[in-house]
Amino acid sequence: MSNGEINLRDLQHPDIPVPEEMQSNIAVTSLSSLYNWARSRSIWPLLFGLACCAIEMIATAASRFDLARFGMEVMRASPRQADLMIVSGTVTKKMVVPIVRLYNQMPEPKYVLAMGACASGGGPFKEGYNVVSGIDKYIPVDVYVPGCPPTPQALLYGLIALQKKIEKQSLGVGASVPWYGSGPSEEVPVPILGPDIIDPRHAEVLRKEAKKNRPTPTVAEALAELTKAESA
Amino acid sequence: MTDQVLPQVTDLPSTIAALKERFPNAVKDDTRSGYEGVIVDTACLQEFARVIRDEYGFNYLSSLTAVDYLGHGDHLEVVYHAFRVPSGGKPLVFKAQTDRQDAVIPSLVSIYPGADFQEREAYDLYGIHFTGHPNLKRILLWEGFEGHPMRKDYREAYYEQETKPFDSRWPGGHVFRGEEYNPFGHNVRYPAGFTLDDYKPVTEAEFQQGMALGVDIMGDPAFRTDRLLVNLGPHHPSTHGVFRMMVALTGETVESLEPVMGYLHRNHEKIGERNTWYGNMPFTDRLDYICSMCNNLAYAITVEQMMGGQVSVPYRAEVIRVLMAELTRITNHLWSIGFLLNDLGAFFTPALYAIQTREYILDFFEATAGARMMCNYMRIGGVYKDLTARIRSEAALINDRVRDMDTMEYLDKLINDRLPRSIDELDELLSESEIIKSRCIGVGLLPAEMAIAYSASGPLLRGSGVPYDIRRANPYSIYPELEFDVCTRPNGDIYDRYCVRLDEMRQSVRILKQILPRLKDTQGQPIFGGKTSYSIKVPAGEAYGFAENPKGELGFYLVSTGGGNPWRYHVRAPSFINLTPLGEMCKGQKVADVVAILGSIDIVLGETDR
Repeated sequence: MSNGEINLRDLQHPDIPVPEEMQSNIAVTSLSSLYNWARSRSIWPLLFGLACCAIEMIATAASRFDLARFGMEVMRASPRQADLMIVSGTVTKKMVVPIVRLYNQMPEPKYVLAMGACASGGGPFKEGYNVVSGIDKYIPVDVYVPGCPPTPQALLYGLIALQKKIEKQSLGVGASVPWYGSGPSEEVPVPILGPDIIDPRHAEVLRKEAKKNRPTPTVAEALAELTKAESA
Repeated sequence: MTDQVLPQVTDLPSTIAALKERFPNAVKDDTRSGYEGVIVDTACLQEFARVIRDEYGFNYLSSLTAVDYLGHGDHLEVVYHAFRVPSGGKPLVFKAQTDRQDAVIPSLVSIYPGADFQEREAYDLYGIHFTGHPNLKRILLWEGFEGHPMRKDYREAYYEQETKPFDSRWPGGHVFRGEEYNPFGHNVRYPAGFTLDDYKPVTEAEFQQGMALGVDIMGDPAFRTDRLLVNLGPHHPSTHGVFRMMVALTGETVESLEPVMGYLHRNHEKIGERNTWYGNMPFTDRLDYICSMCNNLAYAITVEQMMGGQVSVPYRAEVIRVLMAELTRITNHLWSIGFLLNDLGAFFTPALYAIQTREYILDFFEATAGARMMCNYMRIGGVYKDLTARIRSEAALINDRVRDMDTMEYLDKLINDRLPRSIDELDELLSESEIIKSRCIGVGLLPAEMAIAYSASGPLLRGSGVPYDIRRANPYSIYPELEFDVCTRPNGDIYDRYCVRLDEMRQSVRILKQILPRLKDTQGQPIFGGKTSYSIKVPAGEAYGFAENPKGELGFYLVSTGGGNPWRYHVRAPSFINLTPLGEMCKGQKVADVVAILGSIDIVLGETDR
């Protein structure tokens, strides 16, 4: 893929031989690889920044690091036109509602890259009362990029990892990705802002917890209970 | 500026004495050790505020915040810092105390409109009711949130212990994740008996109905189609992060606008009160994440102020601090101008020019502090490390060669050549542009009186013709010995704010040119005069430290009870308070201009929502 030229050898199916002298003109390949090859080189990210990491994401898109080299410079503000959501920053409880809604609005196939410590697992702000412990609590994440914030080089590495992941996905029915199966895949239920953030998938646990008739224990309370149970 | 006749007494002690005479029983000295200012009886708080504003010239309410003294008197206290603008000088600190159970304080919005958002924040986080506030709603959290999280008896889901270092982790080194001990596996905490079965959250329609926009969206059958409520954000390409505005429009003209924030509220202050004094330094990086060095500096000078004579900052450390602060100012203004053009529709090309220059400065930061953005460089009593002799980096290769440059030569070239050249380039490309002039001149007007009343600061205030710069009005570090001008422009529109930023970059270069010889002269001198320990104890008391950040006045209001952690850690965030006049500035403008007006205020959401 150097010099922006198409190298047919990249696509060549390993089991079907093509004579050496014809390899620059002819490739026998599968539909999956051809399709994925095109898709992985034209990922359109959602123009969407959350916090500090967004600044490094913009720096990655700028001239020095130049995201355009990977076919990703077309950042779209509308989720309807985007393939990739780069969750670039701390996900707060207030913000996770629009994020899940945006994710649902993205057409399939869609990917999520958790950029930085906060999006991956809460980061330095994890213990805060308004912070979600990583976006993967709500939506599936394909690539995690560590760092606080990750340097543009690290983000590029993560994006290349995503390209490699896309290249391995098969178009076959019943494949590992939901969008190549039959019928539409399910939407992620949008969280509700109640006394605290509520994941609708937790309705059953909530009912079970409500019977105990006490506020949800803090980590300190849970630890104290555990040590009490252990010593007994 | 108003031409009022001020009383003869202008120094702070005699002003306080005169005020005590004026309000014999209601104004008392704050006699607690390490505290300053006066405690005002809530009954005459409004009258007191009116008198100090109209008769004593304290026309600028910079900071308003609350403190929960649970276990130290068991009351809530609201602390006000009022300044004289533009003359400067020390602030008048006054406080009002109220009961924790039934917390009521008269609102000062009618006297200082700049108190608006700050009172809402105190209501949201502390549950203090400000009587007479026109729009007292939660601002950072959502309606329906359980509890007031900044109160000392509030326990978050991952609560382990009051202060760090936690016994479970130190010195044993045990690590566990909070999720493992939560029944839901999430960072959540619900009240007793709560289920989803009969719960009705606040709907979007109810939320919008509750706004002070004057549009009845639910009950008005004659709601004409040319009168609209438009939602901008929190996901919007122009909102500089996760900021949201509700705009009531007639056709294309803005009738009223209300900012909605809190989408990046990541509990800085609560975490800050659990942290050690040193532990807060890296968190300040993430406030205004474009200007981490300046944030570090403001926090360091505040704690140094509290430590009194215990730490003294060596001269070379001060020189390096100013070097970093001014380079940061340039990166911020470059970024801000680039993205203002984005908002005007010149998508990304001007920003590319700005970012390219910014990268040179970030390379220097990376070589010195180890990080491009989150520098965590200043220390209480100095800086973390001296400048390295050479800038070497394998991560950023130049044509596959490891970069290896002499630091002083690099700085020399940067300050004397690259920066002035790119500032001139931006000026040449943008300032006379027909489109920029017609979009920016006369749009988003903020007259000087209004800017002061709304507690605007930084380029927003100076763009309205008020020559108030903390580096001159209340000097810190080595700014008194440096030559530079306070840049102002008279008209208070978008164009003037843009010009102030351009001028300020030139002044920063002028300062940097004076810093270069000082750097050479002090080579090899110490850079740290603080304590070399893992943790420090700060004497009991309070302090308000503030610095002129690129976006405005960044203040830290810290309270210590003598321990290893702050009792109160409040950030007076310029991005947050500068948004107070946004609604007024947008009234009568076109909806497309709203985006540009927001861009000209230059906010960063990390600081707005904290």
